[in-house]
Amino acid sequence: MQLNREDLLKAYKGMSLIREFDEAVHEEFATGSLPGFVHLYVGEEASAMGVCMNLDDIDTIASNHRGHGHCIAKGCDTTTMMKELYGKKDGICGGKGGSMHIADLSKGMLGANGIVGGGTPLICGAALTYKTKKMPNVSVGFFGDGASNQGSIAESMNMASVLNLPAVFVCEDNGFAESTGSSYGVAGNLVERGNAFGLRTAKVDGTDFFAVYETAKEIIDGSRNGEGPALIHVETNRVYGHFEGDAITYRTDEETEDIKMNKDPLKIFKAKVTEAGLLEASQLEEIDKESNKKIKQAIIESKEADFPKEADLLTDVYINY
Amino acid sequence: MPIKSYKEAINEAIAQEMKRDENVILIGEDVAGGAGTNGEQDAWGGVMGVTKGLLSQFGRERIIDTPITETAILGMASGAALTGLRPIAELMFVDFMGVCFDQILNQTAKFRYMFGGKAITPLTIRTMYGGGVRAASQHSQCLYPIFTHVPGIKVVIPSGPYDAKGLLIKSIRDNDPVIFLEHKAMYDLTEDVPDESYVIPFGEANFTREGKDITLIGMGKTVSLCNNAADLLKKDGVHATVLDLRTLSPLDEDSILESAEETGRIIIVDESSPRCNIATDISALICDKSFSYLKAPIKMISPPHTPVPFSPFLEDIYMPDEQAIISTAKKILN
Repeated sequence: MQLNREDLLKAYKGMSLIREFDEAVHEEFATGSLPGFVHLYVGEEASAMGVCMNLDDIDTIASNHRGHGHCIAKGCDTTTMMKELYGKKDGICGGKGGSMHIADLSKGMLGANGIVGGGTPLICGAALTYKTKKMPNVSVGFFGDGASNQGSIAESMNMASVLNLPAVFVCEDNGFAESTGSSYGVAGNLVERGNAFGLRTAKVDGTDFFAVYETAKEIIDGSRNGEGPALIHVETNRVYGHFEGDAITYRTDEETEDIKMNKDPLKIFKAKVTEAGLLEASQLEEIDKESNKKIKQAIIESKEADFPKEADLLTDVYINY
Repeated sequence: MPIKSYKEAINEAIAQEMKRDENVILIGEDVAGGAGTNGEQDAWGGVMGVTKGLLSQFGRERIIDTPITETAILGMASGAALTGLRPIAELMFVDFMGVCFDQILNQTAKFRYMFGGKAITPLTIRTMYGGGVRAASQHSQCLYPIFTHVPGIKVVIPSGPYDAKGLLIKSIRDNDPVIFLEHKAMYDLTEDVPDESYVIPFGEANFTREGKDITLIGMGKTVSLCNNAADLLKKDGVHATVLDLRTLSPLDEDSILESAEETGRIIIVDESSPRCNIATDISALICDKSFSYLKAPIKMISPPHTPVPFSPFLEDIYMPDEQAIISTAKKILN
């Protein structure tokens, strides 16, 4: 294992913060206090953290509608993210974006995205910037099994391969495109789709942070070193529905229970590091408590924060008629 | 002053900006041509030869031929613009926006606002529009009203070589996404174009003829129709003002209203389909702001609400022309 103690703590802190953030959003949404459409990442935390632990602030990611985890893993501030979800002026996008459009270019976060398959082509552009300016950076696009069937993904993989771009495509396959099974909607298989475009490819168990981290490290290092684009197929699970309010009638209760009990990336991480004697269980519990406290505080601050002013409606766009 | 074609003016604007700023790159299908072939490199220089010669000056690192993949072209250009380049992307025919509109409509156009002003997308999308060359329904449309409808995009439509150069340089230097529309029937049109670099600002329409009787408003290629009509009307003692909008977004409302209030008679000539187009939009603007100055109903000259026909006989009937402008002008003057 290449990770030192500090890295392990960082990995768990990230996953714990993602979990607490989205669990809190789940609760708040149920009370009716949170506006808009939200899509939760609970159960998929190892994917975002395992990939983003291999990136720096100059490296970029493009995300999708299920983007909170990617944002947090890339270093976005959870308090201003929460304020954004509440539509407040001090939100990370001034309250103009909301859950599906969180972005922070200073952290290399090119935006969550409300269009399935819409964000991924952007990583070809970031990767082209790195290639043109001879920068040692990589751009990563997260998309789901549902998006994998959009032409934008196929076009992007082809373009990245043709131009030999440092672009890494990460398909997070949580088994469901909205309510439709990926076994129904994805013909052939995803790794072979990548192979067909000449990408380096890998398939990895997304419940295991270490598997994701190590696979992503090899893939991302390769792209950084001029080996061109790659595709990682991450098999993962979402605990909640496609969106909050989804009754999840397309999945049995037993399946949901199995995901919670046996496929939880945080539980699996805890078991691995404590059994190997790398970290103490109490340290991890302490991290969970800190995350919980931080997110609870973020919610309090978000509720108290001011909405944008009326004049803000007309700013950040070049003209008003 | 040297005489240059519309095509040469565009090529010169791109070359001068690429020399001035190393972040400017050109991306598109066949923008050089010949990539991956045994034949001539820079085989085409774009399907109409507009970008020919740029490859030898700037190399394949900056003149980037892509596969036929409009979504990836526009998406890549947007991502590059978000991360520090200043790309010019070519959408060969504006009709092809049907296969990539998400990247314009939902991505590029929205970043600055949706990200709370923390992102800029300095992207110029050059594209070819317009009918009259027997290119049929899928290669002849105008479609600029659709872009004009979308907040966050600037829409630029030069009427001749001089404006094409100055407006393209301005587009490339602008920090917002710009759709730059080149009429395919205008590439060989010539006029005086200075060798040096210059910028024409956005949102400033150009009066190409001055007259007190009637105002003819055009955009892109219809400006020359309006100019010709004005010159012919003058022989009959009718003095027409011609207003070239130059940019549809931003729109120079002040010049439109100023002229409407001065002449009180307006004809708007718009080559795009007649429902919800630029002519209807300007007509509504004048009715809203300057209704009491009008001496006659506002007239809109546009094609019929049909796809662009192929048959030369039908297409000639379809396209707006000088005679339609002249007869309409005479009707509202009487």
